[in-house]
Amino acid sequence: MNAPALIRRAIVYLLLSIAAFVSVFPFYWMIVGATNRSADVVTGKATFGDFLPTNIATFFATVDVPRVFWNSALIAVVGSVLTLLISSLAGYGFEMFRSRFRERIFAFLLLLLSIPFAALMVPLFVMISAMHITNTWMAVILPGIASIFIIFYFRQATKAFPSELRDAARVDGLKEWQIFIFIYLPVMRSTYAAATIIVFMANWNNYLWPLIVLNTPENKTVTLVVSALTSAYTPDYGMILVGTVLATLPTLVIFFLLQRQFVQGLLGSVK
Amino acid sequence: MAQARLGRSEQINGWLFVAPALILLGLFMIYPIIWSLWMSFQVGKGMNFSFGGFTNIVRLTKDPVFIRALVNTCIFFFVQVPIMILLALVFANALNDPTLRLRGLFRTAIFLPCVTSLIAYSTLFKSMFATDGVINKALLAVHIIGSPIAWLADPFWAKVVIILAITWRWTGYNMVFYLAAMQNIDRSIYEAARIDGVPAWARFRYLTIPMLKPVILFTTVISTIGTLQLFDEVYNFTAGTGGPSDSTVTLSLYIYNLTFKFMPSFGYSATVSWVIVVMVGILSFLQFVIARDRKPAK
Repeated sequence: MNAPALIRRAIVYLLLSIAAFVSVFPFYWMIVGATNRSADVVTGKATFGDFLPTNIATFFATVDVPRVFWNSALIAVVGSVLTLLISSLAGYGFEMFRSRFRERIFAFLLLLLSIPFAALMVPLFVMISAMHITNTWMAVILPGIASIFIIFYFRQATKAFPSELRDAARVDGLKEWQIFIFIYLPVMRSTYAAATIIVFMANWNNYLWPLIVLNTPENKTVTLVVSALTSAYTPDYGMILVGTVLATLPTLVIFFLLQRQFVQGLLGSVK
Repeated sequence: MAQARLGRSEQINGWLFVAPALILLGLFMIYPIIWSLWMSFQVGKGMNFSFGGFTNIVRLTKDPVFIRALVNTCIFFFVQVPIMILLALVFANALNDPTLRLRGLFRTAIFLPCVTSLIAYSTLFKSMFATDGVINKALLAVHIIGSPIAWLADPFWAKVVIILAITWRWTGYNMVFYLAAMQNIDRSIYEAARIDGVPAWARFRYLTIPMLKPVILFTTVISTIGTLQLFDEVYNFTAGTGGPSDSTVTLSLYIYNLTFKFMPSFGYSATVSWVIVVMVGILSFLQFVIARDRKPAK
């Protein structure tokens, strides 16, 4: 390698190292903060302290942890499974059984992709109230189950699904729903993995809509409860950071479990 | 005859697969859209309203908080989206080099922020950017600033923190899309360009960018929608106020306040929400037009 190339290489490494540091530092900060007193967190103490047990105790005393995590888990898991199922069925249907009319509907759906949630939330709230399901997990997940973004994603990915597999299955006498469940689902594992990360994160972190429809403490999600702690007049940051570590764990675990398939799955969708 | 019957069963199957999604979308998307369009022409408080024609639109032009929110949302959009897309492209391009060491590590690290929960990252940024917090301490230590900045209490710096926070969280997400797309580009094109003596920046500008155009367009449209509906970050950083003195209030936050904080005026908040729809529509359209114009001549 000649000198300019070496310098360029060094710049690339420097740039990526800075980016990686900036990306990871807040995680370090979060874990360190969870072991310190609130006063130390706001004054920028960046070394480990020994207040972790105290902070954990305070967090568990302030927040009904099992209850709140159960609420979040229920919403995230049921919401994600239904979203993946309904939206992948539609993505598969739009790609595999093409008709002129359905193509038009699909184009119309893409147009709707640009409608922001803010435009829907008021009528949705009135609808949910009329259905008498405010303050339930169903109210939180119902509007998100059919996701145009995920339908679009699955349709793109289905383009890479080998049609010979489907033809062979038809010759063997499998029904269309059997082809979907026994052939498509296993073949498209990495697509589902990538979609799972996206959908699970969206459900777990969902904020605005749960804030609107969930109004009693025993039904609130982790995100809502920990967020409410931070708007206290003097927030106890040590304790709150224990909460944020716990609130981040599920998405981190899902990500590291599915990471390898994630990039592969995205690869399939942008081909 | 058999041919025709096959066609019909294909039709039925096609509808069966898409029906659940279409029914749900009809209920929870199309119906609310029509409802809110109709509402935006109604005036009145609570569930008591009457047809008001263009009253709400006139009210928009005279509402200082709405104008503040509109300006803020535009600032967030025009500053944040280009910075993020550019950074994501640069990182993806650097990571796409197969001879680079520690690629997996860098990729995971840069992607990690978007895995954090919203609440974790807003709390972290709030505590890091506290007036005597770690960011000020670090900046003071290296003499970049002479006295601590009151980040979240200053109208200008509060916006900066929010832009930094969103960029921190979503750059890696966009980068992964570009990285995936870059891996589909035939490497021999780059080899040929390199042998012809095309410098690295020109390969990036004239080979990578044009080939990534569909993905860039896709991510810009998604980011546009995301930024124009900015709510979570602002609500959490400012305890729901959009302060200091409305300097970070966004359209979504204003709609939320109009509906759920003040005496609800559904009609007017529906009108504000249609402002976002129109803005997203115009900006997405412009992005499509720009993407088409730059297509290289064959």
